[in-house]
Amino acid sequence: MTTISLFHRSGSWIFNFVQYMGELALLFMRTLYWIFVPSYQGGRFLEQAKRIGPGSFLISALVAFFVGMIIALQMAYLMVKLSAEIYIPNVVAVSLTRELAPVLTALIVAGRIGAGITAEIGSMTVTEQVDALRAFATDPVKYLVVPRFLGLILMLPLLTVFADLIGIFGGYIICVLKLSISPAMYLNMVVQSLAIKDIVTGLIKTIFFGIIIALVGCHQGLTVKGGAEGVGRATTVSVVRSFIFIIVTDCIFTTMFYFVFNQ
Amino acid sequence: MIEIRNLCKTFGHQPVLNNLDLTIKTGETKVMIGRSGVGKSVLLKSIIGLIRPDSGSIKVNGIEVTRISEKEYNKVRMEIGMVFQGGALFDSMTVGENVAFVLNEFMDLDKKTIADRVADSLALVGLKGVENLMPSNLSGGMKKRVSLARVLCMEPQIILYDEPTSEIDPITADAINNLIIELRDKLRVTSIVVTHDMNAAYKVADSIAMFYHGHVIADGTPDEIRNTSHPVVRQFIHGLAQGPITEDENLVFGHVK
Repeated sequence: MTTISLFHRSGSWIFNFVQYMGELALLFMRTLYWIFVPSYQGGRFLEQAKRIGPGSFLISALVAFFVGMIIALQMAYLMVKLSAEIYIPNVVAVSLTRELAPVLTALIVAGRIGAGITAEIGSMTVTEQVDALRAFATDPVKYLVVPRFLGLILMLPLLTVFADLIGIFGGYIICVLKLSISPAMYLNMVVQSLAIKDIVTGLIKTIFFGIIIALVGCHQGLTVKGGAEGVGRATTVSVVRSFIFIIVTDCIFTTMFYFVFNQ
Repeated sequence: MIEIRNLCKTFGHQPVLNNLDLTIKTGETKVMIGRSGVGKSVLLKSIIGLIRPDSGSIKVNGIEVTRISEKEYNKVRMEIGMVFQGGALFDSMTVGENVAFVLNEFMDLDKKTIADRVADSLALVGLKGVENLMPSNLSGGMKKRVSLARVLCMEPQIILYDEPTSEIDPITADAINNLIIELRDKLRVTSIVVTHDMNAAYKVADSIAMFYHGHVIADGTPDEIRNTSHPVVRQFIHGLAQGPITEDENLVFGHVK
């Protein structure tokens, strides 16, 4: 009986997962289709881009600044013992641009913007506003999903570039003030250690993270059931799933860059 | 003209529409009555394509809509306006932007023409100078009136009303009922009105259809319905707690001890 129940449960879980991934893929295809069909939602796209970019800048900059300082301090603990503190700027720059700034910025945006997208579209769904859009011959994917999708894939890389710079500045504060590395030396080491590919691989990932946040957030919002409680539940699920997908995607990309492209 | 034949819709294991047949002639106002949850709103949403029926046929002005694509349906939807039960105004837009939604999205009109049409539509529902308010600043009744103005602004041939006078004070409700009659008499607008307000039903209807167990059990003029001998219809239109409907549902209302 327990074995049958276990099979039943795992079968149901696998079915739900495949169905969910299928729905996300379908939403992705519909979003791509509506991006290229006039009339274009320029005003709505700019409104979303403004909400995502400038709205998330301060918090992502703050996190990047402190993460830059933390990496420098953690590295100092090890490098000072090896008399290799001169390489701390390299570690700060490479780890931030390739990994930490893209992932942390994406997680912040998933928590802040992804949750907001689900809550907003979810409350529109339960109050029949999404039905009203369709009744007025307007596709909700075109009207609601496309501007958020484009806003995220444009603003997330931009936020990440700023997070890279501010994180490196955080490392600069520690290296220059605490470890007696001269400012010129710090900047020289950062520039020497960074290759274009480090920055580009980080930014490529953020485009995919933006796609994940937009699709998961909008899908949860459009499929909300059960009033205000349903909106709350969908918002939590949206953030949790975005976090998991971002981390898994990051792992896949890092592995791919390392093994396939040798970068 | 709207022709509905053998329409079925089931949610889970619960059949909501069960071989439903109904005809609404061009320029007619059909009022649909029945207990909550018998499928009146589901039928309205099926006509405008928000819900796809499991089987059966819906013809809107001769077009079979149950089997057409969303793109083709959008052309049909431009002829149909729906007033939602809760208003369904877009929260992020002002009242004026809500009313002008279809004009802004689909018509190439200058700002002054749009502003004039918005003001005219709002005046029809008894609202003036509210264009710059947000929906959150409106009462439930005002939201419903703005929702009606939004539909009137697109000048549809068919209007579906989901409880247009609920939550509205009696004076405004009567004005909206008069507006429904005027739209029929002056513009030959075809209307389907879902309501629980029997006075409004008798006033606006050319014919009244009673829903029960997913299909229409009575369809006639207001006088025919008012004088019917059908026990189910009689219990509903007289609003009696005791009768065949409550017996059928095994519904026993409690008493204060």
